[in-house]
Amino acid sequence: MTRPSRLTLVLAGLILAASALGILLGETVFDMAQISQAFADPGSGPAEVLWQVRAPRVATALMVGAALGLSGAVMQGLLRNPLADPGVLGVSASAALAAAAAIVLGAAAAPGAVEVSALLGAGLAGGLLILFSARVRSPEALILFGVAVSSFAGAATALIFNLSPSPIAAAEVMNWLLGSVQNRSWIDVAWVTPAVLLAGALAALAAPGLRMLSLGEETARTSGLPMARLRLLALLATALATGAAVAVAGVIGFVGLAAPHLVRSAVRGDPGRLLLPSALAGGLMLVVADLLARMTPTDQELKLGVFTALVGAPLFAMIAWRAAREWRL
Amino acid sequence: MTAFLTMWDADARIGGRTVLDGADVLVEAGQLVAVVGPNGAGKSSLIRAFAGLLPLTGGVVRLQGDDVTTLSLRARAARVSYLPQEGRIAWNLPAVEVAALGVPFLSGAEAMTAARAALDEVEAGHLADRGVAEMSGGERARVLLARALAAHAPALLADEPTAGLDPDAQLMVLERLKARAAAGQAVLVSLHDLGLAARFADRVVVMNAGQVEAHAAPLEALTPEVMARVFGLAARWVEGPDGPLLSSGRYSDGSPSGTRTASSPA
Repeated sequence: MTRPSRLTLVLAGLILAASALGILLGETVFDMAQISQAFADPGSGPAEVLWQVRAPRVATALMVGAALGLSGAVMQGLLRNPLADPGVLGVSASAALAAAAAIVLGAAAAPGAVEVSALLGAGLAGGLLILFSARVRSPEALILFGVAVSSFAGAATALIFNLSPSPIAAAEVMNWLLGSVQNRSWIDVAWVTPAVLLAGALAALAAPGLRMLSLGEETARTSGLPMARLRLLALLATALATGAAVAVAGVIGFVGLAAPHLVRSAVRGDPGRLLLPSALAGGLMLVVADLLARMTPTDQELKLGVFTALVGAPLFAMIAWRAAREWRL
Repeated sequence: MTAFLTMWDADARIGGRTVLDGADVLVEAGQLVAVVGPNGAGKSSLIRAFAGLLPLTGGVVRLQGDDVTTLSLRARAARVSYLPQEGRIAWNLPAVEVAALGVPFLSGAEAMTAARAALDEVEAGHLADRGVAEMSGGERARVLLARALAAHAPALLADEPTAGLDPDAQLMVLERLKARAAAGQAVLVSLHDLGLAARFADRVVVMNAGQVEAHAAPLEALTPEVMARVFGLAARWVEGPDGPLLSSGRYSDGSPSGTRTASSPA
C-alpha cells in the first residue's frame, strides 16, 4: 500500500476518534448509564443532547474543516504558493461580505439566499485572484493582492455594520462572522455535505493538472495542459467549498493554510495527491479545535473562528518564514 | 530530408519592443541547431515562438508542416518538448516525479520507467528519489532537462540549458542533445557560449535585435564579420588539432586570441 493511502486511513481513524470524543464530551457531563440510555432510547434527554446537539455540531465542524482544507490545497496548487489559503487571500472575507450584505438587505428570509450570496462572493474573489496570478508571477505580489482583497472585503463588511439600521441584526451578523459551529442542525449538515463532496469531485478532476503546474504554467501548457479548464475547475471547487463553509459557519481562518502544510511532506509535495489528505486533515483539525474551544472554561463559549485564528496566526508566521527560504531556490 | 521546425518571416512584439523581426529559421530532423546572440537579441523569443508560447504579429511557425496555432495543445506536446529558461519548481517533489511530468499522458508505471531512463541519460539516476529542493542548482537543471528528454517528442526546444552549470555538466548536456539529434530528433537550443555552439551545432542561427543575421554551419555563420558586427568581438577561425577552432577576444585586448576557443568537428 502506498504511503498517501495509509495516511488517508490514519487521518480517517483519527477523525472517527475525535468525532466520538466530540459527541461524548461537552458542557453537560454524562455518566455511563446516561450514555447507554442515549444509545438505547432516542427520546431521552441524553439522546437529544448527543444526537441532536453535539453530533450535528461535530459533523458541521468536520465538513467545514474539510472544505477549508480542500480549498487551501487547491489554491496552493493552482497558485504555486504555500501561503495561499481562502482566509489569507480574502476568499472567505468576500464570501462573508456577500452573506452579510444579503442578511442586512433582508434577503435572509428567502431560503438559500445567504448561502448563494456567500458562494458568489467566494467565486468573485477567487476569480480576481486567478486573473491576477495569470499576469503576475511573483508569489509575494499575489499574497499582497490577496491581503488587499481581504482588507477591502473586511472594510466593506464593517461599512455594512456601520450603516445598518438595526443594531440587533448587525450584532447577530457580527456574532456569526466570528465563526462557529454552535447550534448547527442536521439541516445544515444536509446541505453543506453535498456541496463539499461536489467541490471534492471538481478538485479531483483538477488534480493531474495541479501536479503538472508544479513547473509553471508555460511548461504545463507545452506539455498539453489546457490552463483555462484547470483554472475553471479549481475556481469552482474553491468557491463552492469556501462559500459553503462560510455560509454555514462564518469565517474560520488558517485551517486552509495549515491543513495542506501538515500533510504535504507525507505526499512528497505532490499537489495532486495532497487534496484528499488535506481535506481530511482540515476536518480533523476543526473537530479537535471545536472540542477544545468548547472545553475551555470561559463564561462565554470561545468562538471557533477566534480559537483557530489564535492558534493559526503564529503557524502562518512560521510557514511564511520557511517559505521565504524556499523561494530563494 | 524535410524541415521539422520552420519559421517564415516571423514578427513578434512584447510590450511594444520588437523581439522577432522577419525571422526565418529551419531545423531538420537529425540536426542540432544553436541560437546565439547578445542579451535581448530574441533567442528566447525564437524558442518560445516554436513552443507556441509567443503569438506572432506576422509570419508563421510550422511544426512538421502544420501551423502551430492550428494544433491543439496535446498535438503540440506530441511534436515538441520544451525546456524553459526559468527553472522554479514549486514543491519539493522527488526528481523522478519531476521527470515524469514530461510524460503526463502515460500510465503511472510507464511514466516512472520513462522518467528513470531520462534521469539516467543525464547522469542523474542516483538523484531519482531525492527532493528537488534539497538539490544544487546544477542537479536541478539536470532533472529539468530529463523531464524534457523523457517525452521523446520528435523536436526538442531548450532555452539556455547550460546556464548555471559546471563546465563538465555543460559538455554533458550538449553531448546528450547531440546524441538526441543523431538519433533523429530536431534539436533547437539557445546558448550564450559561442565556443559550445561552434563545437556542437550542425547549424548556428545568429540573432541580433530580433533579426536572423546568419543561419548556416558554424564556420559560415560565425564569421569574423558577423562576430564583429553582432557581438563586438574580434574573432577568427584557427586550425586546431581536431578541426577548426573559434578564437575570439575583445577589441580592447588588442589581439583576438586565446580568451575563448573551442573546436568544431567540421
